[in-house]
Amino acid sequence: MSVLAELASGLAGGKIRVIDLTQTLSPEFPSISLPPEMGQAWPFRIEEVSRYDERGPAWYWNNFSCGEHTGTHFDAPVHWISGKDLPHNATDSIPPERFIGPACVIDCSKEAAKDPDFLLTKSHIEEFEKRHGRIAPRSWVLMRTDWSKRHDPAEYQNYDEEGQHTPGPDVEAVKFLVAERDVLGFGTESIGTDAGQAYHLRPPYPCHYYMHGAGRYGLQCLTNLDQLPPTGAVVIAAPLKIRNGSGSPLRVLALVHE
Amino acid sequence: MQRPKRKNPVLRTRLPTLPPAARSRVALGLTAAAALGRFELQQCRDCGAVQYPPREACQKCLSVVLDWKAQPAEGELLAQTVLHHSNDLFFRERLPWRLGLVKLDCGPTVVAHLHEAVQKRVRVRAMLDRAGQAVIAALPDKETTDMADDRQLREFTCDPKHRKVLVTDGKTALGQALIKELVSAKTEIVWVGYAEPWKKFAGFDELEKIPQVTLIPLDVTDSKNVRELAAEIAGKVDIVVNNAEHHRSFGIGNRQGVETARAEMDVNYFGLLRLAQEFGPAMRSRGADGSSSAVAWVNLLSIYALANFPPHGTFSASKAAAHSLAQCLRAEMRPAGVRVVNVFPGPIDDEWNQLLPPPKVAPAALAKAIVGALREGIEDVYPGDVAQEWLARWRDNPKALERELSA
Repeated sequence: MSVLAELASGLAGGKIRVIDLTQTLSPEFPSISLPPEMGQAWPFRIEEVSRYDERGPAWYWNNFSCGEHTGTHFDAPVHWISGKDLPHNATDSIPPERFIGPACVIDCSKEAAKDPDFLLTKSHIEEFEKRHGRIAPRSWVLMRTDWSKRHDPAEYQNYDEEGQHTPGPDVEAVKFLVAERDVLGFGTESIGTDAGQAYHLRPPYPCHYYMHGAGRYGLQCLTNLDQLPPTGAVVIAAPLKIRNGSGSPLRVLALVHE
Repeated sequence: MQRPKRKNPVLRTRLPTLPPAARSRVALGLTAAAALGRFELQQCRDCGAVQYPPREACQKCLSVVLDWKAQPAEGELLAQTVLHHSNDLFFRERLPWRLGLVKLDCGPTVVAHLHEAVQKRVRVRAMLDRAGQAVIAALPDKETTDMADDRQLREFTCDPKHRKVLVTDGKTALGQALIKELVSAKTEIVWVGYAEPWKKFAGFDELEKIPQVTLIPLDVTDSKNVRELAAEIAGKVDIVVNNAEHHRSFGIGNRQGVETARAEMDVNYFGLLRLAQEFGPAMRSRGADGSSSAVAWVNLLSIYALANFPPHGTFSASKAAAHSLAQCLRAEMRPAGVRVVNVFPGPIDDEWNQLLPPPKVAPAALAKAIVGALREGIEDVYPGDVAQEWLARWRDNPKALERELSA
């Protein structure tokens, strides 16, 4: 049996489970906030075109609008200034084989529960590798924080007077993943691949800066990471083919062997 | 006035009716002044005689040059009567009704709706009735306690007392001042909307402590949110105060792209449209729902709706669009007797007008003016000296104001 036939029969027979890592797109889902004088991403909005009525008697459909970075979404390298001149850096030019890759899931849920500003360090990653093996090149590294279980938007965003408090990687961890482990990208459950207070790191927003600067990708607002094994899952994350797009909302799926 | 009893939920809600609305074009001069809270009558330019009712030629010298001019609004009650029968649907449902003849100090004798406490000397006001047309009301010459509670007077005003109000944005200083003002006007309930509920705002805790206040997430750019909130409360809302606005200080050339302008349109124009589509129908059905009926819809516009202020050019354009839509809403709400009140402030003293030199209208003063307009039954509100001055300039010569604002 070919690998693909095996995959198909595994899916049909339930030996391979498909786990949805995507948040539902809805107007209530929190959107990224920038200082009010700056340009803003559109939140997800939906307007009914017709619903079996005088506007369209036999059909129901909607128009929706949102920014490229809305809900569960993909960050392309061109999103950040550090990745602006790279080849194949936008949603339409990234080679499609990059949209499918193995995933390593680092469980930081206990740490994040204790400290919303928790930063994933290089030593946390080395600890992970001691237990689960070396992170293979071209893997997604997904940071599990159980942040997606914060269903109250205020808790999810977690703002105070000093801004947002959400977990993310520190500078060394990002540099290590890019330079030493050649990862495909980095994914989180919160808004942003960087921590809420990452503006104060050096450089600011290191995950955006180094990942995109090296042509790697980001995934954020993921959910159900608690259903993935530390290694062995395969993630399918294909953004919309927006010409020169900096990112896109997308459906992120994980294939898991039972 | 006692707090009205709770409505018996098994009884039918009466449909709204309107008092007689036909007026000649000339007579609309009285309405135009009343909409601003002014008492104006025609005065002959040739012989000086003050005219009433409005007419084409002077009743004394037949001159056709009659100017609408502010008149002293006082007089003496000559005669009074109480109406116990009427074939007019509106008055039929509101009998008995007190009417009288008032000899104005400025000359003419007028038919007036009488406040229950009037004596010999009276103050008169031109007020808009439920049909949106001017009538003359006679009030006691000195303020009496609970004067605004008069049953007949409440038919001409939009008094928030014992009414339930939705304020669409509680995040701003104006929103919070409005809430305080409404609560002290004895409003029954104030629903307070706030967008982006994950961003806690200054003043939230204080608002939460006010017993009349219910805080509700409301983002007027989200149709689903507006629809669901309306489904929940629109059947109870008597007054909508739509103060949600998006304000950035850009013209055309100093901001790339359309995103800022679009955000302004989305809140200032489409936000009003969404609210009106979802809250309008339920309010129209309750235009005659007892002494605390649905009664008013307030729009926070801007003096820049009349003439563009180029440094805030896209904001001005969105407010002009909202003004136009508010006129449509006014026409659609009028059959139910629900008044649309448009507020045209000059620059508000807030962060988006930081770089404008004073005078700027203080949020508390603006809130007072808005609630005051509801209590007085005014339809077009130009709060404060700046707005009044700009209104005068605009009425005198719109082209001149355009040039002055763009200087």
